[in-house]
Amino acid sequence: MHSIQVTVRSGKGLHARPASLFVQAAARQPATVTVGRPGQAPVDSRSLLSVLALAAGHGETLELSASGDGALESLEALASLLASDLDATA
Amino acid sequence: MSRLLHGIGVGTGSATGPVARMAPAPALPAPRPVTDPAAEAAAVREALRAVADDLDERAGRATGPGAEVLSAQAVMAADPVLADRAAALAARGTDGAHALAEAFDGFRAALAGAGGYFAERTADLDDLRDRAVARLLGLPVPGLPDPGHPYVLVAEDLAPADTALLDPERVLALVTVRGGPTSHTAILAKALGLPAVVGCADAGRLENGRAVLVHGADGVVEPDPGPEAVARAADAERRRRERLAGFRGPGRTADGHAVPLLVNLGAPHELAGAAAADAEGVGLFRTEFLFLDRTQAPDLAEQAAAYRQVFSAFAGRRVVVRTLDAGADKPLPFATRPDEENPALGVRGLRTAARDPQLLDTQLAAIAAAAEGGAAQVWVMAPMVSTPQEAAAFTARARAHGLPVAGAMIEVPAAALRADRLAEVCDFFSIGTNDLAQYTFAADRTLGPLAGLLDPWQPALLSLIATAARAAAGRGRPVGVCGEAAADPALALVLVGSPWCWSVSGSPASRPPPPRCPGCGRPWPATPSPSAVNSPSWPCSRTTPTTPGARSGRASGKADPPPGGPAACPLPPTGARGRARRRGVSAAVSAGPAGRATGRSRRRTSGHVPGRGTAGGRDRR
Repeated sequence: MHSIQVTVRSGKGLHARPASLFVQAAARQPATVTVGRPGQAPVDSRSLLSVLALAAGHGETLELSASGDGALESLEALASLLASDLDATA
Repeated sequence: MSRLLHGIGVGTGSATGPVARMAPAPALPAPRPVTDPAAEAAAVREALRAVADDLDERAGRATGPGAEVLSAQAVMAADPVLADRAAALAARGTDGAHALAEAFDGFRAALAGAGGYFAERTADLDDLRDRAVARLLGLPVPGLPDPGHPYVLVAEDLAPADTALLDPERVLALVTVRGGPTSHTAILAKALGLPAVVGCADAGRLENGRAVLVHGADGVVEPDPGPEAVARAADAERRRRERLAGFRGPGRTADGHAVPLLVNLGAPHELAGAAAADAEGVGLFRTEFLFLDRTQAPDLAEQAAAYRQVFSAFAGRRVVVRTLDAGADKPLPFATRPDEENPALGVRGLRTAARDPQLLDTQLAAIAAAAEGGAAQVWVMAPMVSTPQEAAAFTARARAHGLPVAGAMIEVPAAALRADRLAEVCDFFSIGTNDLAQYTFAADRTLGPLAGLLDPWQPALLSLIATAARAAAGRGRPVGVCGEAAADPALALVLVGSPWCWSVSGSPASRPPPPRCPGCGRPWPATPSPSAVNSPSWPCSRTTPTTPGARSGRASGKADPPPGGPAACPLPPTGARGRARRRGVSAAVSAGPAGRATGRSRRRTSGHVPGRGTAGGRDRR
């Protein structure tokens, strides 16, 4: 099991559009990645409703976890997405 | 011709097309025991998949922001965790409909609790839940239909949420079972320029795909129209559109009789659209928006700032300001007593001033302060005037505050009956036909079943209008109409054709007003840039009176350039066209059910001070 902590950079947090981009990227990853606040129960990163329900705001720290084949690669891809301003990508 | 369906007509146009019905949201049935949990779980997954596929398919056909919204909804419907939760509930013995509802509600509660942007998504979840439950139960999918081609929308009634999504490119006409002439559907139809028939009780029988011809003017829906009827209606519609497209303000009859067309204004967000509309001013500036949702009245400075914005946006044009109309459907904590048993007949409108004179004095002072500098021709009027004494007291107070043109709304029958006496003390009348009908017929204007009594064609209402107008004409006072009567193009003809010389109006969409600079006549963007609006020469200084006398209305002429000569029009070298035109129209009509109120100026003597400037009354009567 690998984990990585990352700060949400989207201006309004992981709301509709950034969350949607994040979830679509998660679905393309070889490993299943979970996301949540450190120390709390994580959710499936491929579930838009679960990710929205986290209501993660701008500047909050989230923890991504994955295991098995391609885990590190998947974590890296999703972490770099969270660390970018997804609202800015038109 | 018994097969024709009858209702209340809206608009003047007609349209033919296939019916597409809007299904209501499904009600959850009583819980039912599950005999095959595995099959129930599979059905739940299948319902969600079908909803997602449907939304995906529609997203593929849509363009622009609509496509993105539909895609996002499709992703939500396809959510793997949602499907797992609902299926798990079903596998444990909850019936499919309740399993779906419960799974959605779990996420809904989390989003609602998060607030802000997240809480806004709960409406999407509700919509998806209704769609999935309908699929599972084999019911028609709720919401606006999307048959893939233009259609006549048939619904029980339309809610604001439904109509926000309505695409005027696809919807040819509206037919609703419920609703009256001032219902939301009717207002929307006018704003979009769509023919509509509301309150059409038999519309519930129209099946999907059936061809209907909708006559907005007559309130008639003709199922299975013959080719001749369709061709005849299409031809009339084409000619109507040509006539409308060929018209530009200022308002006038074919023989040149001036009939100013004005807009209603009731909220700050309507200002840009209203100012851009092809209108000669504001016939009814409702000031309640400043006072609603507050525990105390706004102070003089705040009010003056708000009024000043409007006056500068309508520089060079007339703005008729109605003083606070609190009470009845607009109760205010500082102006309305909560214990009135019949607020429509209570202390409302000008009557509030008897209890709290300071409220009116502050407002008049603020209007006068904002009118300083003479950007617009500012007229003030009081709502709910009943007696000549009330009118005299109001106009005296307005003049004491330096407002030279003061008048009264005619919406109480007593005021219409004694209009000759009111005309002695008022500079003008504005007839509020909606309330005048309500009080004349003792019929609550919000009740659909009384729509017949509230019809602006009722002879008793027209008699009272004529009484008031005759009295005003006798003293050379202008009369405007702000209410549904003025929005009916056929009735507008009657009003204009009456011997007392009316102004008229129609909804902006029924006479499409292309946004254009009122000064130079070039097309005007629907949303002018803030810098343009704030520019002293906005909208175009060609019409801005600059003489000191302008505010008193003595400087005549909206049509005349100011002595200083025209300054540069702030429009960019090329004007906005296309969609801007349509948006401008919608924004203007949202100003009020009537879309436009009217004021009037007598014949060609525009800009005169009523009762002062021009020679007395009309040459007739």
